[in-house]
Amino acid sequence: MKFKVLIVEDSKVSREHIAATVEAVDGVEAVTTASGFEALKLLPRQRFDLIITDINMPDINGLELINFVKKNPNYRDVPLIIVTTEGREQDRSRGMALGAAGYLVKPFLPEDLEALLRRFLKPL
Amino acid sequence: MTTQHGGKALAEFVAEATEILDALGRDLLALDEARDQEADPERINGIFRAAHSLKGLSGLFGQERITQLAHAAEDLLDRLRLGRLTLDDQVLDALVDALDTFQSLLGETSRGEEGDDLTRRTRAMEERLARMGSPAPPVEEDPLERLELDAQVRAVFTEYEEHRLRENVRRGVALWRVRAAFDLTDFDQGLADLNARLKPLGEVISTLPSSRPGGATGIAFDLIFGAKVDAQALEAGLQGTPAELAPLVVRPPSGADVAPVLPPADAVAPRTKRGGKKKGTRARPLALEAGPLQPLLSADTGATTRDVPSETTSHGTPGLVALPTSGSAGPPRMRTVAGPSSTTLGLQSAASAPLPAGRPRPEETSLRSLTQTVRVDIGRLDGLINMVGELLLIKANLQRLAEASRQDGTVALSKLFGQELSRETRQLERKLEALQEGLLEARMVPVGQVFDKLARLVRRIAREAGKEIDFVSTGGEVELDKLIVEELSDPLMHLIRNAIDHGAEGPEARLSAGKPRRAVVRLRAEQKGNHVLISVSDDGSGIDEARVREVALSRGLVTPSQVSEMTRRELLNLIFLPGFSTRSSVSALSGRGVGLDVVKNNLGNLSGIIDVWSERGKGTAFHLTLPVTLAIVRALVVGVSGRTYAVPLNSVLEILAVQPHDIRTVERREVLDLRGQTLPFLRLGRLFHLPEREVNRHFVVVVGLAQQRLGIAVDELFGQQDIVTKPLGGRLSAVKGISGATDLGNRRTVLVLDVAELLEEGIAQERRRA
Repeated sequence: MKFKVLIVEDSKVSREHIAATVEAVDGVEAVTTASGFEALKLLPRQRFDLIITDINMPDINGLELINFVKKNPNYRDVPLIIVTTEGREQDRSRGMALGAAGYLVKPFLPEDLEALLRRFLKPL
Repeated sequence: MTTQHGGKALAEFVAEATEILDALGRDLLALDEARDQEADPERINGIFRAAHSLKGLSGLFGQERITQLAHAAEDLLDRLRLGRLTLDDQVLDALVDALDTFQSLLGETSRGEEGDDLTRRTRAMEERLARMGSPAPPVEEDPLERLELDAQVRAVFTEYEEHRLRENVRRGVALWRVRAAFDLTDFDQGLADLNARLKPLGEVISTLPSSRPGGATGIAFDLIFGAKVDAQALEAGLQGTPAELAPLVVRPPSGADVAPVLPPADAVAPRTKRGGKKKGTRARPLALEAGPLQPLLSADTGATTRDVPSETTSHGTPGLVALPTSGSAGPPRMRTVAGPSSTTLGLQSAASAPLPAGRPRPEETSLRSLTQTVRVDIGRLDGLINMVGELLLIKANLQRLAEASRQDGTVALSKLFGQELSRETRQLERKLEALQEGLLEARMVPVGQVFDKLARLVRRIAREAGKEIDFVSTGGEVELDKLIVEELSDPLMHLIRNAIDHGAEGPEARLSAGKPRRAVVRLRAEQKGNHVLISVSDDGSGIDEARVREVALSRGLVTPSQVSEMTRRELLNLIFLPGFSTRSSVSALSGRGVGLDVVKNNLGNLSGIIDVWSERGKGTAFHLTLPVTLAIVRALVVGVSGRTYAVPLNSVLEILAVQPHDIRTVERREVLDLRGQTLPFLRLGRLFHLPEREVNRHFVVVVGLAQQRLGIAVDELFGQQDIVTKPLGGRLSAVKGISGATDLGNRRTVLVLDVAELLEEGIAQERRRA
């Protein structure tokens, strides 16, 4: 059975880059969505082993998504990884304070993301 | 595939970056148009997000220069949206120029270049952006501390949302929590409706999802809302929606004897009802009660919470000063943070960003888009797929017929069989035509894509030229082939630049000429059959043909004897000659010269025709006639000395039948008189050294490209046909007067005439004459 990773990122190129990096790891499948709203709709319908989310998005922000996931008994155990850009330390630290398991700073190396995947998806 | 930096990925990068820049351009234009009003925070945030996305995107693709500049722009915009910098003209101009630089950078990237000039320009731009404004004066008290909002709620705000909340508190806006539950399947629609209702009533600062009251199939949201209207109006506005209202309490500034600004008296009073519901629930101050706030408060923390925000804000946020947060023990300050400090901010940023008024104009950036992609409406694609399905059916029928005819004896090749076959062929023909049409349509994009970019340009040019211009564009919905639209942007830019720089007079000159102060520059597109007419016109001073004559003579472009015979129209056409510019001193604006010859060439490449109209004192208009598409053209099939040629119909203006005695020879050159104008005449047979036949009449195909006209004599006219021109490879490509070959069906290949080259030939003869 494959691990399923939900990627929430509004930039198409970024999203596809993350998805490609995730899927390059054997045994991992990526599900992508461009908005927090879509993520909220997907959550009850599929089981995810990991969520990777951007912070600055148009409908709900990534912090709100993290908070939502962490407060909901059905999803609270799903680890979350934040993807942010350089210079947004405050948003990042808030995400971590809300219960995110890790973060990536764009632009990131595929190895960094892979290391995070291996840390949170076990046994991989 | 962990990395994706191939050519395809680069094209994708360019495509997405172009989209971001387009959106950025539209938002900047909107800001530019509303210079004297207070900027819409949402718009500024939109621009910030665009710069932010661009930075992330270019970082991902290792586009260092774009990343650096995007970083600088994002920084500036971040300060803007967080209220640390005021949006004044200098800042806006800097942003518009930064957009130009981005476009140049993206241009180089798409061509795989990295020029030193542009790198230097980019550096300078980064520095300019960094210089804008100055740090805000220290804020004595964070007004957010006066807002009774649970720290857990605040913890999910991004820095920006927090700033908007702070701004609303500072301004004394009534803050509300709007709670609404929706079904999980369509909550986005419900929220969109709610947002649409709320938008005119104030600002939605944050949207917080909460699963608490929703159960398995529902979801609830808390919207933090700053209302511009009073409680009754807000309630009325939300009538019929599932929204429940609760005011957020804001304490008066600490130590101040200022009356509590907020929330409005009637909101605090327990009168607020849930919109749309009969049973009136009292509005409750948000943070004071734990019960109804479960989704906002964490249920599983005892939450000693008030330290959390101060802890978070104490690092990395210069605008926020961590304060002792317990109780209301802020420093005793008498004034609210609002008025005075924000005023100083404005003054400071204006004073600290000195920019020379005559700053250099950013280099001209091509408006041509860098992507080769066309967005196709899914409906159109579905239509095409359907057609292919029908074609497959026809193919199956034909296959059946072929199979039947192969099996000897089963079907005699009867008349009936022939009829069936021709019926299928007709079907096939119709479907193929429809498919062709559909595919051509898929290449079509509205010219409005270019018009929008031009509108942005107009404001800048007008400002720099000190002209007051009203720009009116119509017909943006007219569709043209993507390629043509792309090629069109540069010529249109030249024409508009000319209209503003040379056509329109300054406000004073206009007033003294008895005209309205503001000049009007119009850009208009309309479809006429297979052509699109685009005109660029102004109501300025018009072209002075005496001056045109003088300049053309002084530059040696024409001889005095030629000029003496010229009509006004012919004189005007001299402005299309290379090296012509009517201004004795080239202004900063059209630094590279008027460039009408470039415009003419560009249009020629598109098989377009350009005409100029001008009247002294009334204005100037350039009319461009363009084919709708270049991919498949309709051609006139003609015969000369027993050979067959195709002439693209989009450059054919008319066909005449002339008697040999209608042809005059002027200075050893053959010409025709066409409605009072002299038309150069070219015998195709003679040009291609074909044996000439004695004929008692000639067919003359009058062709035109840009502003030139030529009559081409042929022996026979065979009719019209759609053709796809294939280039002649190798050595044959140098043959003068031929642009390629095409298949006329029946496996007959003919040569396609190159009208542009034939016109050149005509001009060359004219020069030789001179």
